[in-house]
Amino acid sequence: MAKRASDVEKLVRSEYRHGFVTDIEADTVPPGLNEDVIRLISAKKAEPEFMREWRLKAYRRWITMQEPHWAHVQHSPIDYQAISYYSAPKTQPQEDGPKSLKDVDPKLLETYEKLGVPLHERAKLAGVAVDAVFDSVSVATTFRKKLADVGIIFCSFSYAVQNHPQLVEQYLGSVVPYSDNFFASLNSAVFSDGSFVFVPKGVRCPMELSTYFRMNAANTGQFERTLIIAEEGAYVSYLEGCTAPMRDKNQLHAAVVELIALEGAHIKYSTVQNWYPGDANGQGGIYNFVTKRGDCRGANSHIAWTQVETGSAITWKYPSVLLRGDNSIGEFYSVAVTNNFQQADTGTKMVHIGKNTRSTIVSKGISAGRSQNSYRGLVKVVGAAENARNYTQCDALLLSNQCGAHTFPYMEVKNPTAKVEHEATTSKIDDDQLFYCRSRGISAEDAVNMVVSGFCKDVFKELPMEFAVEAQGLLAVSLEGAVG
Amino acid sequence: MLSIKNLHANVADKEILKGINLDVKAGEIHAVMGPNGSGKSTLANILAGRDGYTVTQGSVSYQGQDLLAMDPETRACAGVFLALQYPVEIPGVNNVYFLKAAYNAIRKHRGEEQVDAVKFLGLVKDKMKLVDIDTAFLNRAVNEGFSGGEKKRNEILQMLVLEPRLALLDETDSGLDIDALKVVAKGINALRSPERAMVLVTHYQRLLDYVVPDCVHVLAAGRIAKSGDKSLAAELEQRGYDWVTAGASA
Repeated sequence: MAKRASDVEKLVRSEYRHGFVTDIEADTVPPGLNEDVIRLISAKKAEPEFMREWRLKAYRRWITMQEPHWAHVQHSPIDYQAISYYSAPKTQPQEDGPKSLKDVDPKLLETYEKLGVPLHERAKLAGVAVDAVFDSVSVATTFRKKLADVGIIFCSFSYAVQNHPQLVEQYLGSVVPYSDNFFASLNSAVFSDGSFVFVPKGVRCPMELSTYFRMNAANTGQFERTLIIAEEGAYVSYLEGCTAPMRDKNQLHAAVVELIALEGAHIKYSTVQNWYPGDANGQGGIYNFVTKRGDCRGANSHIAWTQVETGSAITWKYPSVLLRGDNSIGEFYSVAVTNNFQQADTGTKMVHIGKNTRSTIVSKGISAGRSQNSYRGLVKVVGAAENARNYTQCDALLLSNQCGAHTFPYMEVKNPTAKVEHEATTSKIDDDQLFYCRSRGISAEDAVNMVVSGFCKDVFKELPMEFAVEAQGLLAVSLEGAVG
Repeated sequence: MLSIKNLHANVADKEILKGINLDVKAGEIHAVMGPNGSGKSTLANILAGRDGYTVTQGSVSYQGQDLLAMDPETRACAGVFLALQYPVEIPGVNNVYFLKAAYNAIRKHRGEEQVDAVKFLGLVKDKMKLVDIDTAFLNRAVNEGFSGGEKKRNEILQMLVLEPRLALLDETDSGLDIDALKVVAKGINALRSPERAMVLVTHYQRLLDYVVPDCVHVLAAGRIAKSGDKSLAAELEQRGYDWVTAGASA
């Protein structure tokens, strides 16, 4: 027993593997936020007027808002004037990003190689188009040409603002308005880049699309914005991954993701989030305050969120679906792992508006160390939503005696034909299961991974194949020896 | 192969084993019988390294090594196998994946090459015929939704695949109908060899109709009250345990 405890100690201290810093000169705006900073960001990006005005409207709304404190998380006050709102690698051409990979600083390419994100189109992850965002700007988008051949636009947000302003103006803020919430408003005012995807009518995207976010500079926030539009009958599967260096101060990440599915369209959005979680004493780490929402705007449309959240000091995110089209489908599959002093308050909102809409929620929370892990979800069925169906399953697995698991399910049902089901379980990892594995020769660590992976299986099977393996690996890293 | 000397053990401060002495040689099958609460399962679990038991005195040597100092996984890698009385369900973990992970962990320990999925599947399918298990069984989660008989057969399948040096079977026969009992016995007999030893913990004599033991021990009140050959089992079946246990508790 004593031996096991010391193994646990050792393994819990296993280090964050993406915690290196790239030594690269950056063009960083001094800390602080006011209208001039916003005009500066907009000018640096040579944005059209509508974009600048939209940012300013968001800023003016944001200064009237209060930071929300309803989530089951605790953090010291954030000084929004101490954050730098724009940082770009200096070698990056400022206007509209690099024309090709040849223009990208080799140091950046090296960074992404280290992270296992090969930007070279010949790389072995062929078949996955990648957009990489380093601090505030998009570094490179691969496969752009091949996708353009079928009419798909996959590029950095800045590039889209320059080259497809009419699409941006039409859809930006149409799912998450600039006034939506404190962090979304802040993002709307200062976002510097992100990814943009447009899949035209009837096109099935021939490959997985992926964005890789990397926060490098100190004392900066990362505020990226992703907008995905799938026209009638289109299909796209999109994955985002994230890492950051180890720093002893907290860093803010406030992203917004908007998905729009028109009639018969299907969007699958998967996240593997591995921001730096802070050290074993709770020092440092990313505050991940993210607003993600999908709009099933057309009939028979379908939006599925799958997330594997292993990083961040604090996670505050609720990927949601507005089921506006008749017969539309919303899905949310989540694995949230917290260890040491991490805090996660995550879940979803399913808003049933159209007729015969269906939603499924599967949430798996795993808590270790002294972490706090909460599921918060809302299932709302409006009066006109005939025959809405929801099935929710929330399972929590505890790996230590000092961690917490919480479930906050909200339901608002205004139509008597609705069927809403909620199932929840909470359990401690089963010593009998661990012994059973070990008595067959499987090491204690592998036994934990096996039992936890089994617990998460319903979610992992929703991930694209290439990333299911990565997710399982991440889980193993996050939980190494976390049983105690 | 296995030498237990004066083993005393507690469960939650209550002494359950009060001085067990037992020697098992390679090639032998020993049956440990006894009434409920006599310490049979405690003995089997301690040998496999399960938590929740405190050894207060005595020693266990396995192939010359101090067995009690080893982790459960090290014991398994060294060839000890326990067929559990109540096999555990592991939701979401594929049965064949679990078995392959165990097989490869043991091979790795021995410095042998890892076996890939295709080769492993071939190996398992051969063993499955012996225990009369359908292949659909492999892709279900470990023991999840298995009937009592299926769980026990799955234990035997694991044993056949892992080929332990010392197999401990904790009431593998309990709750089985006669056909399942025969299948389990067939699996046990298939593994019988001069290099391998087995300890069958059982409540009833009926398994011993199909698996003939070299020695039979009666455990009562934490001690071995009586040892003998296979005829002892038959005698217990006729006379019950009382005539043995009466002497032990005195």
